[in-house]
Amino acid sequence: MNKILRAVVAKPGMDGHDRGAKIVARALRDAGMEVIYTGIFQTSEAIVETVLQEDADILGISILSGAHLHYAEEIGRLLRESGLEEVLFLLGGTVPKEHVEQLKAYGVAEVFGPGTHTDEIVQYIRNWAAAREKDG
Amino acid sequence: MSERAKAGLDGKTTQDGRQRWKDGALADSLSRYSRRRETFQTISGLPIADIYTPEDVAEVDFERDIGYPGEYPFTRGVHATMYRGRLWTIRQVAGFGTAEDTNRRYKYLLAHGETGLSTDFDLPTLLGRDSDHPFARAEVGKIGVAIDTLRDAEILWDGIPLDEISASMTITAPAAVLIAMYEAVAARQGVTGSQITGTAQNDILKEYTAQNEYIFPPEPAVQLVVDTMEYCARTMPRFNPVSVSGYHIREAGATAAQELAFTLAAGFTYAREAVRRGLDIDFVAPRISFFFDLHIDFFEEIAKLRAARRMWARMMREKLAARDPRSWKLRTHCQTAGVSLTAQQIENNIVRTTIEAMAGVLGGTQSLHTNSMDEAYQIPSEKAIKIAVRTQQIIAAESGLADVVDPLAGSYYVESLTNRLEEEAWDLLRQIEDVGGMIRAVDIGWVQRQIADSSYTFQRQVESGERAIIGVNEYVEEESGELSPDLFFQVDPEVTERQIARLNQVRAQRDDRAVRSALSEVRHAAANGRNVMPAISEAVRAYASIGEICDVLREVFGEYRAPAIY
Repeated sequence: MNKILRAVVAKPGMDGHDRGAKIVARALRDAGMEVIYTGIFQTSEAIVETVLQEDADILGISILSGAHLHYAEEIGRLLRESGLEEVLFLLGGTVPKEHVEQLKAYGVAEVFGPGTHTDEIVQYIRNWAAAREKDG
Repeated sequence: MSERAKAGLDGKTTQDGRQRWKDGALADSLSRYSRRRETFQTISGLPIADIYTPEDVAEVDFERDIGYPGEYPFTRGVHATMYRGRLWTIRQVAGFGTAEDTNRRYKYLLAHGETGLSTDFDLPTLLGRDSDHPFARAEVGKIGVAIDTLRDAEILWDGIPLDEISASMTITAPAAVLIAMYEAVAARQGVTGSQITGTAQNDILKEYTAQNEYIFPPEPAVQLVVDTMEYCARTMPRFNPVSVSGYHIREAGATAAQELAFTLAAGFTYAREAVRRGLDIDFVAPRISFFFDLHIDFFEEIAKLRAARRMWARMMREKLAARDPRSWKLRTHCQTAGVSLTAQQIENNIVRTTIEAMAGVLGGTQSLHTNSMDEAYQIPSEKAIKIAVRTQQIIAAESGLADVVDPLAGSYYVESLTNRLEEEAWDLLRQIEDVGGMIRAVDIGWVQRQIADSSYTFQRQVESGERAIIGVNEYVEEESGELSPDLFFQVDPEVTERQIARLNQVRAQRDDRAVRSALSEVRHAAANGRNVMPAISEAVRAYASIGEICDVLREVFGEYRAPAIY
């Protein structure tokens, strides 16, 4: 795995709870990735545009306001419409278990809930990158 | 003070004894059992020694630093009798869905012995947007109640006498609008300005550093806060226009000393700006109130509240020359720490909340919110919120904690921790002044950087197992992740449509000319540096919406864009 992975960490909507997003952004950076943190109050369109402009491999969004279904659906659709379905789409936040299947149907690869170690997220990304490389 | 008591507080007399103990009993014990850990630290990272003795409080002057409750510097509490006179206010914050939903929840809480109200607003309201704004639709009524116009506010406080039950509003960036709504509802109830009690959070500086619900840039936003302070001091002198909040700063990951310093710096900034405007410090300072977090480190939190009172008293008296003792008193609301709750094994949260609430009571809070066990997931269910209220009632009625004033005064550990936190906070306050004051420190992200560093350090400690959290990194159990049916709570999915329907109805019924003229008056006042509150009050009474009023202020003040610091 030679290429340095590029990750966009984003906060969609009006939710200002950014402690988790900032910690994840820093942990990914410490793990050697290039991280672009969008800050809060992003529209879905702006987030997908950032992914495109930054040529990102990974998009992680963080939502703690309960609006996760709305934004996952919108961002998942915009990623596909922009030809970015190859981007690893991750979601973190307080998500009821019964919503996880729905989120995955919208294109979210994995949901990381409360108590997740940052190492777990880093490892998940590395495994994904290794698999992607193997598939060529 | 008697000679004996004096000898007991004099460090020198015990120095020999402490050395003897170290060489004897302690060395002996350590030769057989080592300590559980190499070092012990508070949750904020302050080192904790094996024991504390008179040596550790040798610098303490009883009359100067501890003294008596109800007297300067108020270390022991703001009232002489504290809870022996009147218990703290049980004030659970609540808000979800529409005004009707939240009004029903208020009545449930009051029926179960709550003694004050507090409102959480939804994100569109907090950010000064109407419910039909394109950015708002996914968030209407989700994390709080949706308020667009005075019509919603009338329903929200319907049947609640605003002179008897004090209501608090967790609102900041558009607080001026909500304060005007509150005043208008009280007026309809026949409550005169001098009878109105209540509080608005309205502490904008912590929005840029922690809570992230800002609209305007810091400079005009602070002036807006001062507008409300001036207006309320004239029209509703019992109303607290600002509740300077450490809560969010701590929840964002700050240490106890950072919470102290950044909160007091914000309070000081509002008071000083009011003085710069030509207002008498004793006209505004008595109505500045506070809001602190109660984290899980029991003694550190008690020490923090005691230090906060002592520091504020000195800031007001010595730095701003306040003469009225009411200006020196730091009155505070406290809430148990949301961040200490775990989504795992949620019943454990009842225990955490109890410990934190006890720290609030021993620390001398004036009002208290105890979190519900299910709040790591959702708006609390009725069952969970009732247990949270009962927790406070049990502490008040059964534990004896409320029956004596400041029982931990004189504890070598608590006094030394109080001093330690105070020193660290004064040091941070000096650094803030060096940077150019709190507004500047916020503007350049200095405060944000400090908080992000503390937050990251704490997370690493949890992940490495250095900091134990039961159910998260110790005693972990496989869980379904589903709440039991009696704890499940869901906001009515139709809430957005119902809220927008009401907003449209109000727009159709109101006098548009009156609205336009009131809004133009708001623009005029803001552009000319006049106090905007009288004009906002007019606009609210004409049923202008929160989005319309804030849009006018956006035009004049501009919007804030935050640097992304992590």
